[in-house]
Amino acid sequence: MKVSYFPGCTLKTKAKDLDLYARKSAEVLGITLEEIENWQCCGGVFTTAKDEVATKLSSVRVLKAAKDKDQALVTVCSACHNVVKQTNSAMQNDKEFADKVNRYMGEDGGYDGSTEVYHFLELIRDVVGFDKVKEKVVNPLNGEKIAAYYGCLLLRPGKVMQMDDPENPTIIEDLIRALGGEPVIYNQRNECCGGYVVMEDPALAESKSKKITSNARSFGAERMVTACPLCKYNLEKNGSDLPVVYFTELLAQALGVKEECK
Amino acid sequence: MSHGNNNLKEELLRISGVNPKKCMRCGKCSATCPAYDEMEYHPHQFVVMVEEGNIEPLLNSDSLYKCLTCFACVERCPRGVEPAKLVEAVRLVATRRQGANHLKPDDVPGKLDEDLPQQAIVSAFRKYTK
Ligand code: SF4
Ligand code: SF4
Repeated sequence: MKVSYFPGCTLKTKAKDLDLYARKSAEVLGITLEEIENWQCCGGVFTTAKDEVATKLSSVRVLKAAKDKDQALVTVCSACHNVVKQTNSAMQNDKEFADKVNRYMGEDGGYDGSTEVYHFLELIRDVVGFDKVKEKVVNPLNGEKIAAYYGCLLLRPGKVMQMDDPENPTIIEDLIRALGGEPVIYNQRNECCGGYVVMEDPALAESKSKKITSNARSFGAERMVTACPLCKYNLEKNGSDLPVVYFTELLAQALGVKEECK
Repeated sequence: MSHGNNNLKEELLRISGVNPKKCMRCGKCSATCPAYDEMEYHPHQFVVMVEEGNIEPLLNSDSLYKCLTCFACVERCPRGVEPAKLVEAVRLVATRRQGANHLKPDDVPGKLDEDLPQQAIVSAFRKYTK
């Protein structure tokens, strides 16, 4: 299966791992990620204001590029996913906003909000299936206790993201199980790490991240996984010494392709 | 004066899409807000004060720059008020004023370390400047 892929800026720079492990693992799972041409940064955070149009155009262009190829659009980074998915939802549900956007799009042609957007985790769950993933595992995680850290952006706002139950998600735990690990369920897994406020108030990010990592540790976690470069940064910089890796690294490790990504 | 505030209130309601009349003052948004301790005005106060047209104190408060855009208040409000959208609207009205950018490009190098992801910088610019 071929899908359009939007990696985003950070996956080309500080979070190259997140991208490389995703690409290699996708190959093993029979998915071809076709990178969108000439994509631009999503802006990192979605602006909920209805009169913010220009800041959402890069996402609309990515959505339209996938639509023009008649493909689903796949993201890996939690932040890109949140921005692209919320923009798509605004194109579907806010007619005044969609009209303004389409006037900007000019000769590129309009976009109607009809692209299907998947986070890589959803692609694994809904298109590949966890059973199939399990069959492909060559290096099972041998019961390692792993804490899934969802943070905010994958899950909220729930009625837009529609990935999972925003207060009791299971998608990453199910993946950990399929890879032979033992998921650790802990209270702070969908609370905020401090996000970009680390630029404004590092102490706030530190207190949030510490709370999360110490909570995961107290439930016996040996490693944490995330889909977000900024969560990883905050948890590692400001949290405890608990190792934090991308979910794609865990996947590549279990599928036996991690070394090829080096 | 009150006319000016009414215009501002209308603008905030229009760009946020929030209807503060739906709020039942339960405080759940503020109870779940991870930036609560750092905020002078809390999410439920944004809702109440905008409804009352008491907006100037919000525009001048640092609380605008403590919101993490975590959407916890949006998810957990039992009345679907979506307070974060109002916080965002007030922040935009503040940063759109000339010379009111909260983050100056010259400040950025001092905040960098070698591991900081690009995502943090673009997000901060989007939230703190216009
Ligand atoms: S979105 Fe902002 S105001 Fe709402 S709970 Fe999160 S930090 Fe608090
Ligand atoms: S949670 Fe909703 S109803 Fe309760 S105070 Fe906050 S905005 Fe109002």
